[in-house]
Amino acid sequence: MIILEGINRIFQVGDQQVHALDDIHLTIQPGEYLSLMGPSGSGKSTLLNILGLLDKPTSGRYVLEDREVTSLSDDEQARVRGERIGFVFQFFHLVPRMSAFENVELPLVLAGVPPAQRRERVGKILEQLDLTDRAHHRPDQLSGGQCQRIAIARATIMHPSLLLADEPTGNLDSKSGADVVQVLEQLNAGGITLVVVTHDAEVGKRARRRLRMVDGRIVEDEAG
Amino acid sequence: MLSRDFIRFAASSVLSHRTRSALTTLGIAVGIAAVVLLTSIGEGINRYVVAEFTQFGTNIVAINPGKSSTLGTPTGIFNTVRPLSLDDAAAMARIPHVQSVVPVVQGNAEVEGLGRQRRTMIYGVGSQFAEAFKFQVAAGDFLPDDDPRAPRAYAVLGSKLKKELFGEAGVLGERIRVGGDRYRVIGYMRSKGQVLGFDLDDTVYIPAARALDMFGREGLMEVDLLYAEGAPAEEVVAGVKRVLISRHGGEDFTVTTQQQMLDVLGSVLGVLTFAVGALGGISLLVGGVGILTIMIIAVRERTGEIGLLRALGATRHQILRIFLGEAVILSAAGGIMGLLTGVGGAWLLHLAMPAMPVHTPLSYILLAEAMAVVIGLLAGVAPARRAAAMEPLEALRTE
Ligand SMILES: Nc1ncnc2c1ncn2[C@@H]1O[C@H](COP(=O)(O)OP(=O)(O)OP(=O)(O)O)[C@@H](O)[C@H]1O
Ligand SMILES: [Mg+2]
Repeated sequence: MIILEGINRIFQVGDQQVHALDDIHLTIQPGEYLSLMGPSGSGKSTLLNILGLLDKPTSGRYVLEDREVTSLSDDEQARVRGERIGFVFQFFHLVPRMSAFENVELPLVLAGVPPAQRRERVGKILEQLDLTDRAHHRPDQLSGGQCQRIAIARATIMHPSLLLADEPTGNLDSKSGADVVQVLEQLNAGGITLVVVTHDAEVGKRARRRLRMVDGRIVEDEAG
Repeated sequence: MLSRDFIRFAASSVLSHRTRSALTTLGIAVGIAAVVLLTSIGEGINRYVVAEFTQFGTNIVAINPGKSSTLGTPTGIFNTVRPLSLDDAAAMARIPHVQSVVPVVQGNAEVEGLGRQRRTMIYGVGSQFAEAFKFQVAAGDFLPDDDPRAPRAYAVLGSKLKKELFGEAGVLGERIRVGGDRYRVIGYMRSKGQVLGFDLDDTVYIPAARALDMFGREGLMEVDLLYAEGAPAEEVVAGVKRVLISRHGGEDFTVTTQQQMLDVLGSVLGVLTFAVGALGGISLLVGGVGILTIMIIAVRERTGEIGLLRALGATRHQILRIFLGEAVILSAAGGIMGLLTGVGGAWLLHLAMPAMPVHTPLSYILLAEAMAVVIGLLAGVAPARRAAAMEPLEALRTE
């Protein structure tokens, strides 16, 4: 379960303060499927980054799986990111010199999982995503949709409980976008909590719970 | 993260920029090659000189008149300095462990034989000279064991002098003049070659007492003692001091063991080798700056990757180690290249100029490689720390 209480995020730009998140209160149950929409600059990415421990709130409380995570040390936060949270980015963020296989393998390498076990786990997930024949291709030899599916494989190889996607289809044509959404929804069906930031109303509508942000506040929260 | 994965990861990024990495590596390689080559030459010279010195054996003690506090030429400036006499030399023969005693007087004089003349080095020595310094006679005998104070006028020629004066003709029994006095040649020596620049073949050996007379000297220039192999040098030195102090009434002489001479020589030559190596170290420094530059560029280029790794759970420490690892891979590879070039160069130099003494001890090779690794670490530490200090989100955004 995720609990956000009174989360504020204020950026200091010169002598100007940007209130990117303004007193956010939000509870997310395990296995929920949320979409986060709203105009540009409304704070969607900022909220997602705080959920993913990539950014720290200026004030407020964040509880993830019964643990207050805002006060964790740098190394402990890195560990939570590695084990409990998966990220999917708009621009994939694959390492260009590494093959698809090696990119998916990265979190396992960082966590010190031995090679034999890594091969098995990566092989399995690539098979599920129908990417086995692309395993040894580098990102520049793959289509955008394939890249994003590789990125999703990488985000979920550690079996996290929370998957965060910031405009995962923003860089894809509608066909591969639909494929990516389908993969994400399959993962959610498997129990993972899914939060998707999107500008695409079609994509946003699919979520069971839909949040709308304006000026750093959640102005709509509808389910069903 | 497993160690081999660190290495694999760091190596993958090094290999992804082949040209750039090769050039950076080259910088270190040149430095290491220079260090190895220069220290090889330094060490070669070192060994050559020490070998020259020790060819007479290491169990030699030299006694010179006059007291000097440091090693080197004794200064005989005090009135109380009594000359070293032939009797002093004879007395030292009774010191325990001493095998031979060689009084030495040296100078230049005209030598005349078969109507030919040559100005050359005269050694006034004792009869045990050849045995003590392992010089061998080619024909005839060395100076006989006469009464040291009234030896017969016999002379032994160095091989070159013999050739200059007599050519291939027999020389035994011939009469020569040394500094105007008449001598009979009773033998000549095998060629000994140059020793530290002195031509020991262009010389004539005569009894020390006669050399003293000829040069008008009061005392000997030096007395060399050869003591039994393995006997403690300190005991011999103590024996010399006991005998000479009781004869002279004070310590107005200097005793130098071969070991002391070697120690001084070794430290002088060691400094030389070090200085020459340090010269090569300058180019190594340049190579280190190359690694620093490339690592700064790499960290800047791969900021997005750093952010990604942090998002995937990498700790700051892991980021630090990855970039340090890259710097060390570059420098270690350069080190190996440099070692191969340096050792190969030393070998070629030896082939091209056999007279040039070159020697590369294994310890230098290991030390040079360790130095390369340390330089990689030093050059890598600042960029790697910068990479580790990045905030994950900011790093992610810069792509
Ligand atoms: N690092 C930063 N420094 C200063 N201001 C920032 C920073 N990051 C975000 N902001 C500001 O915070 C506000 C919210 O930004 P955020 O990126 O969360 O918007 P968003 O809803 O994701 O927009 P978009 O749909 O365009 O991605 C914006 O006004 C933005 O300018
Ligand atoms: Mg955004």
